Amino acid sequence: MSVRDYLRERFFPHMWCPGCGHGTVLNALLRAVEKLGLDKSEIVMVSGIGCSARISGYVDFHTMHTIHGRALAFATGIKMSRPELSVLVPMGDGDALAIGGNHFLHAARRNIDLTAIIMNNRIYGMTGGQFSPLTGYGCFGTTAPYGSVDHSFDLVELSTSAGASFVARSTTYHVIELAGIIEKAIAHRGFSVVEVMSQCPTNFGRRNQAGSAVEMLETYRKQTVPLDSEAAQTSPEKIRRGVFVEKKRPEYTEAYEEMIRSATGES
Amino acid sequence: MSRQIEFVQGNVACAKAALYAGLEFFAGYPITPSSEIAEYMAKRLPQNGGKFLQMEDEIASICAIIGASLTGRKVMTATSGPGFSLMQEALGYAVMTEIPCVIANVQRGGPSTGLPTHVSQGDVNQARYGTHGEHAIVALTASTAQDIFTLTVDAFNFAETYRTPVILLLDETTGHLRERLEVPAADGIATVGRLKTTVSQGVDYHPYLPREDGRLPMSDFGGAHRYNVTGLFHDMWGFPTENPKIVYGLIRHLVDKIDHNADQMARWKEYYIDDAPTLLVSYGAAARSALHLVENRRKRGEKLGLLELQTLWPFPHELVREKCCHAQSIVVVEMNMGQVLQQVKLAVRQPEKAFLANRIDGELITPTDIQNIIHVIQGKGV
Ligand SMILES: Cc1ncc(C[n+]2csc(CCOP(=O)(O)OP(=O)(O)O)c2C)c(N)n1
Ligand code: SF4
Repeated sequence: MSVRDYLRERFFPHMWCPGCGHGTVLNALLRAVEKLGLDKSEIVMVSGIGCSARISGYVDFHTMHTIHGRALAFATGIKMSRPELSVLVPMGDGDALAIGGNHFLHAARRNIDLTAIIMNNRIYGMTGGQFSPLTGYGCFGTTAPYGSVDHSFDLVELSTSAGASFVARSTTYHVIELAGIIEKAIAHRGFSVVEVMSQCPTNFGRRNQAGSAVEMLETYRKQTVPLDSEAAQTSPEKIRRGVFVEKKRPEYTEAYEEMIRSATGES
Repeated sequence: MSRQIEFVQGNVACAKAALYAGLEFFAGYPITPSSEIAEYMAKRLPQNGGKFLQMEDEIASICAIIGASLTGRKVMTATSGPGFSLMQEALGYAVMTEIPCVIANVQRGGPSTGLPTHVSQGDVNQARYGTHGEHAIVALTASTAQDIFTLTVDAFNFAETYRTPVILLLDETTGHLRERLEVPAADGIATVGRLKTTVSQGVDYHPYLPREDGRLPMSDFGGAHRYNVTGLFHDMWGFPTENPKIVYGLIRHLVDKIDHNADQMARWKEYYIDDAPTLLVSYGAAARSALHLVENRRKRGEKLGLLELQTLWPFPHELVREKCCHAQSIVVVEMNMGQVLQQVKLAVRQPEKAFLANRIDGELITPTDIQNIIHVIQGKGV
């Protein structure tokens, strides 16, 4: 099946600004799905609210566009009811970590087999550029006109300590790498987190002198290094990319089935 | 067949009825005075192959059941005031996306943490108006374990029939009161299954195209048909739209499918109302005291009657108007500042004849309280 077959053309043109990174994430995601040879009907996508969340409208899967921050909770209900489906949950950094932070932690703790893709543009894009939990100290947003005094989460560390059994980071500059990582994340049994650094030229770039979309991508290239590279050793100030965690831990829907078997005296 | 008689709390009657109605999925977060429902489900659902989830909060709980419902399950959550407040946004999502679910709110005193272990009926208006935007809602209540059972089955039936969230407004007293329950035989109360589409796989299915009778057949999410669901205003495909005609059509559909079926959903009980110059109107735990008073006074020749409401929303205005038409005074007995009284005044021909007998101190209103208030209303003093 070609990537195009996964799209709902009826839904186009999309709503993203020119140069927005979210379209690149969509591209990488579809390549991953194609690589895995998944049927469209085996995939559920549940999203919340934000520019990032709109991704669910454009794909021809079973799609549910829910409310801000709660996508993982809806997805948990769906996955528990239909464990055989692949459930993808794309989220913005605000969606996943501010309003939805608690659901994020608990989905990771349960290690439920969902694939969380966090499109980190370090800003609230949809509402016009307010600062997010990943904006970073000293950066600007419409609600941080003097520079933010809030510090960021490190999403990789947060996910790891909360119990996610697959944790990775990539960027929209590294599309091939990103597609490969998303492929692994979907195939992984357990809660998978993929942080994608995704540029928002309109609302983050402009306010933070980050330049055009192309310049922002260039920054992703310069400022990040593969996890296991020499550069990662020599330039510790750079952001590391790659798969940080990939381990086996009891998966929630499987553990639940086991519990049902013991409750019904089957085992 | 032998009759199955049990001695149970109202909360347990509710839980048993949910399973009777076909519940397969429950998600909740502990809160007094509703926790017995979750505890019952935690034990029983896995035994039936169903799923019980204790989520991280009430928001997650209602979201999880909405997700599970869409995949074809009958679902429920249970909570009390603070948790019900947290659920309001997702409740609106279930209204907008027309996903059946049942939410039990075992009411306690509020606002805020209020009186966790005391009775109140303060959430009648919240059930109706709690979520934002114009909408209609279904809310049911009951005053005995037996009626809680029946009304819980009704709640599931209405949720499926009208593709809507249904709120069960129980209260601390009836939720915790242990009394006799005769569990109906398996076919004793009709249960409504999910209306599923007959459109076959590969043929266009319109998730939001009502049939002529206004009902929308569903397709289990993740199954034969791929479609989109959104809390944005949407067209028959489930795709977002801002087209004023479609927006208008959808909001009318959401409101009309409930309001136009108010008669179908009206549930009530009546005691001695035909010759009663003084008619009590009550519901839930308050109706127990009202009935006690009515029966006691009848023995002494005093003509009191009681209309016990079980459907609170859509409010049965016609029914109340009709039942109250001969009464010289109407006394609404409830444990709030007159939330149902407001509706009764809208319903009856002479609203000035409708009075309030209430208690708002966390104590159950007693027959004596009601009697005293009636005396004041009648100018007889206390
Ligand atoms: C309960 C609630 N609060 C606030 C909003 C407004 N809102 C919509 S999207 C959004 C933030 C979007 O930022 P993010 O999740 O980072 O995604 P992005 O748009 O940047 O992709 C907010 C605050 C809302 N829809 N619902
Ligand atoms: S505002 Fe930012 S995140 Fe939203 S579409 Fe535009 S560039 Fe993308």
